[in-house]
Amino acid sequence: MNIRRIAAIARKESLQVIRDPRSLMIALLLPLMQMFMLGYGVNLDVQHIPLCAFDQEGSQQSQDLLKHFSASRYFEAPKMTANMGDAAHRIDDSVCRLAIVIPSGFSRSLADQGAATVQILVDGTDSNTANIAANYARVVVGEFSRDVQLKAIQRQGGQTQTLTPVDVQARVWFNEDLESRYFIIPGVVALVMAIVGAQLTSLTIAREWERGTMELLVSTPVKPMELMLGKLLPYFVLGMVDAVICLALAVGWFEVPFRGTLLTLFFTTSLFLIVVLCIGYYVSVSIRSQVGASQIALILTMLPTTLLSGFSFPIDQMPMLVRGVTYLVSARYYVTILKAVFLKGATISELAVPMACLAVYAIVLVVLAGRAFRKTLD
Amino acid sequence: MDRPEPSIVVDKLCKRFGSFTALDGVSFDVGRGEIMGFLGPNGAGKSTLIRVLCGLLRPTSGRAVVAGIDITIDPEAVRRRIGYMSQKFSLYNDLTVVENLRFFGGIYGVSSDMIEERIRFALDMAGLQHRETALVSTLAGGWKQRLALGCAILHKPAILFLDEPTSGVDPSSRRRFWDLIHNLSADGVSVLVSTHYMDEAEYCMRIAMIESGRLIALGTPHNLKQQSIGGELIELECENIGDSIDLIARIPGVRDVAVFGNTLHILVENAEQTAKVVCAGLAEHGLSGVHARQIAPTMEDMFVHLVRTSRKPSSGAAP
Repeated sequence: MNIRRIAAIARKESLQVIRDPRSLMIALLLPLMQMFMLGYGVNLDVQHIPLCAFDQEGSQQSQDLLKHFSASRYFEAPKMTANMGDAAHRIDDSVCRLAIVIPSGFSRSLADQGAATVQILVDGTDSNTANIAANYARVVVGEFSRDVQLKAIQRQGGQTQTLTPVDVQARVWFNEDLESRYFIIPGVVALVMAIVGAQLTSLTIAREWERGTMELLVSTPVKPMELMLGKLLPYFVLGMVDAVICLALAVGWFEVPFRGTLLTLFFTTSLFLIVVLCIGYYVSVSIRSQVGASQIALILTMLPTTLLSGFSFPIDQMPMLVRGVTYLVSARYYVTILKAVFLKGATISELAVPMACLAVYAIVLVVLAGRAFRKTLD
Repeated sequence: MDRPEPSIVVDKLCKRFGSFTALDGVSFDVGRGEIMGFLGPNGAGKSTLIRVLCGLLRPTSGRAVVAGIDITIDPEAVRRRIGYMSQKFSLYNDLTVVENLRFFGGIYGVSSDMIEERIRFALDMAGLQHRETALVSTLAGGWKQRLALGCAILHKPAILFLDEPTSGVDPSSRRRFWDLIHNLSADGVSVLVSTHYMDEAEYCMRIAMIESGRLIALGTPHNLKQQSIGGELIELECENIGDSIDLIARIPGVRDVAVFGNTLHILVENAEQTAKVVCAGLAEHGLSGVHARQIAPTMEDMFVHLVRTSRKPSSGAAP
């Protein structure tokens, strides 16, 4: 290993990156764009659900119930419909996700029997949202019944304080407001780092082949490992700049709480960056065309990071076999680490296991990528 | 030529790509400071030979020792001792002249106290003194070639491989380039250079003619021209070359006819005798302005002859 040769390659590569607007665009604009697109695009919070109501009674009490819906932040103000068919149409046309049907004997039933039924129709095409919407509707109706109960007790001159035998005092840790943004944004950071990291290096060897400079490079005494280290070095620096951009956006713009230390973040991000840079380099060595290499690198990083890293789908809900596959996805460890560093303020020692996995991953890839390049034109 | 310690020894070198044989049992050696030219048509195997000797391609069989090192045993050690200029320009167009030189200096491991001096030397040699900060993409062909040569000699290699270094370069730049090669040779650098310019072949100390992967002739330009080309040569001037060529080919005693500019070169057994027959034959067909004379074969005649004979399956190759 010769430091002078590594330095010569690193310097040359840096000059080329600086003079190539395409590389710089990928390096600096892509993460910015992706952070905004994914940061706003991926949102699992269900709010402002559009709904319609078919109020067959039109009494004070039925209007009261609908006002509860309007007041909730989960629902929009109910749109009134004249008949059942109209309500069904609105769900068919996806104008509304939910329809409430209040029967004509609603207030009388409440007064006489102290109980009444309302019907809720839910659009189940998106089962996840349907589930959440139905639950929210139950909560709103539940609040309404408590109010009714309270008023009934007050009327009978009873105590205003109702007693609940067992009361759950739930406290949410790490994400107190249960904002899905808080755990999605660290995942988005991982996704952006994976995509951009591999894109950066996917061009580097393919470019030498396409421009015909590889022939001369192969004739020099540079060793494959020196070539790789020299080429990765400038992109590592660039990748770190990207990490700073992503972190600044996550904390400064998306207001995700950052409770860990920068040192932990720097250390783990370095490991992950080495992994993705090596993936891109490996692809570049194998494909020899810039367009092809960049496509393959994109697929190799984006697909597993999106689907199998726990970024969008929880890993412990996956079938056994798929869960096994996730252990081969480097982003899985980085997403775990990022969420823990951001929200829990986890330290390096607490993250020993995922970090060790990432380190092993990095070492294996450095060796593989370093050896992948053969100094021959055969 | 006196060659006490050959810089390169090539012994029965073969290179096959699948079923295609690019090099077929090539053997020769090159002395220190010698300029060896590889002459041959496109696709003859010149580039393949140079690439194998540079360690860019692995030989299928045979042996090659470059600067005392077997290329299959320690290709990296060979690469430290050679300089290479590929057929296609392969410096970095998006770097400046000096940035390219500095890069290759670093890659070849030129020490930091030597690098400035070597860069200065390369700039002076290539005549690029006032172009240090010019982007290579803005340089004209001749400048690029000289810069490529400059990059190849930064580490003072013992052997230089130049693959068609002057293709696409104007004549005065070519001339200047060959002066540089002769200077390097005078300093003891062995130079192996491929070309398809016949006039450039004359600048070489020895010439290896290559055709279909085989060495069909090897010798000094003078010796090669002295060799028998299988008869005597007539140069014929006439007005209608196209019509004449078919007529002449049918005349007994004519072995070969080839177009050379606005004349025909006719290979015959006996020049004096056949020249008269040819002139008479053409006059019979109303072709006027005929003037024939016997000439000494040029390098090109030699080359055409050797390629033709080597392509005939029955005849053996020249020595």
